[in-house]
Amino acid sequence: MNAVIPAEILVIDDETSIRKILEITLQSNGYTILQAATAREGLQMTAAHSPDLIILDLGLPDESGHTTLKKMREWFSKPVIILSVFNSEEDIVMALDNGANDYLIKPFRTGELLARIRSVLRSTTQEDNDPVIHLNGLEIDLSTRTVKKEGELLKLTATQYALLALFGKNAGKVLTHQYLLREIWGSDHVDQLQYLRVFIAQLRKKIEKDVNYPEHIITESGVGYRFLAGSN
Amino acid sequence: MQDVYVTPFIGSRIGRNRQYVFSILSVSFVSAICYLLSPYIGAEVVAFVLLLTLSLIAMFFDILPVLLTAFLSALIWDYFFLLPRFNLRVGNTEDEILLSMYFVIALVNAVLTFKIRQIEKIARQKAEKAKTLKLYNTLLNSLSHEFRTPIAAIIGATDNLLEQPSRLSVGDSRKLLTEISVASLRLNRQVENLLNMSRLESGFIQPKKDWHDIREMALSLLHQLEEPLAQKRAQVAIRDNFPLARLDYGLMEQVLYNLLYNAALYTPAGSWICISAEYFDQTLVIVVEDDGPGFPEKEIGKVFDKFYRLKDSPIGGSGLGLSIVKGFVEAHNGTIVLTNRSSGGARFVISLPACRSSQTETVAGEKFNYQLSVS
Repeated sequence: MNAVIPAEILVIDDETSIRKILEITLQSNGYTILQAATAREGLQMTAAHSPDLIILDLGLPDESGHTTLKKMREWFSKPVIILSVFNSEEDIVMALDNGANDYLIKPFRTGELLARIRSVLRSTTQEDNDPVIHLNGLEIDLSTRTVKKEGELLKLTATQYALLALFGKNAGKVLTHQYLLREIWGSDHVDQLQYLRVFIAQLRKKIEKDVNYPEHIITESGVGYRFLAGSN
Repeated sequence: MQDVYVTPFIGSRIGRNRQYVFSILSVSFVSAICYLLSPYIGAEVVAFVLLLTLSLIAMFFDILPVLLTAFLSALIWDYFFLLPRFNLRVGNTEDEILLSMYFVIALVNAVLTFKIRQIEKIARQKAEKAKTLKLYNTLLNSLSHEFRTPIAAIIGATDNLLEQPSRLSVGDSRKLLTEISVASLRLNRQVENLLNMSRLESGFIQPKKDWHDIREMALSLLHQLEEPLAQKRAQVAIRDNFPLARLDYGLMEQVLYNLLYNAALYTPAGSWICISAEYFDQTLVIVVEDDGPGFPEKEIGKVFDKFYRLKDSPIGGSGLGLSIVKGFVEAHNGTIVLTNRSSGGARFVISLPACRSSQTETVAGEKFNYQLSVS
């Protein structure tokens, strides 16, 4: 069983049934849970309790969850996972751009939600000074700008390295196309999706066992890519 | 959907032939008046008057009648007003220039006005399309919410029960099972509503009428709705020996179910919910009322519309329930009216014609006080 990082989780959802099920799911997995049924209540509780993680619904009765997320992000920096029935690419990209750490569509699998919670909690609590990132047999050394795959040094171009390092630093998190393009190529190139596709394909050739079934860089269709942060 | 854009152009509403007739008539009429006034006004003034007439026609009519008007007015002007009169010949170079200028101005006028109207038409169509798209998206969002939420609850609960039973207390397991049951019923209701809606949309709804006991139906509904009505004071105010009514049991049961369920859902705990029935001559009147918050007066006219949901509606819903109610009542040739009670709360009054059983009770000549409305 994966070690649980103790955390207080605030669930903001207007549906009683969803809140009840999340309560049981989270509590039985060792988390403490706070609940809010409206955006207003949710924001108040966020300010009052400063929870370690927020699970936010987008279809709230008093305002759109997108707006709530934006307001929250003005002062709340801990992880927010969106849990919504809205499954359009626009909604997902907007939420991620507004600062959500992850996005899960209802109906969701409990195991998937717990894995995402563990992943975002781990990435925010492990802000150590170790310049080497270990992920699924990959070793990314940020100080020497080198990458090793199962101990063997990989030959990467500067852009390939920058992309992989960015993924490594954000393991487990969905990175939108726009975010990746802006970070690597600059804000003038956010529409140049083909750059990204080419470099992702090159990276996959170097780090994946089978490029047709990638285990590291997962495509989130229409949204972006996720670098899997599975256990070693 | 109703067209909310009031078109300023009558052209599209008037037939092409009528437009021709009207154009010719108005040019002739204006020309006749100018002709009578010709001792006092010059040909140039007449030209302006005719151009004005043409502009007005161009604002409302299609391009072809307008072009015809342009031609006709040019000819009339040349023939009746320009010297030498009663002759299509033009006397001097100055008049030749005037006539050709008149003609060009008339054509430009007609074509420009027509183009502006076309652009406006396209803009209007675009706005309408955007509005339809927005409506469609709202509807899709509400439906996907209504379906995915209970499914999410069921999957979440079963995942917990199957994957980590050892971590759950007996109370938690029981709660999860309750959630599965509640979600399944909610899902079932939505599916039922959608199926009923498509039955109505198909237009093939044929009530299978037979003699039924309204009182029994009402009591069985309260039983079915025991859980949502648990916190309310629900009451059946129908007398014991109430005459049988001829109607489709399934359809009418759905009508009353939706009304009672809505009342249960949208009134606060402790609210009074009452279903009553009475005959007035040959009309069966069934009333479902409550002493909850009622409906906002502004929105009462829209609540029976398909997919309409009250603004600031606190609880999820598809906006189908009441439109199904109306459809099923109308399938019985009946009517349904929603009003707010003067003492607060909503009142739905269903009137069904000529469906009374003659042999069960005689109430000839008797007028009932409509005590339901006094409450």
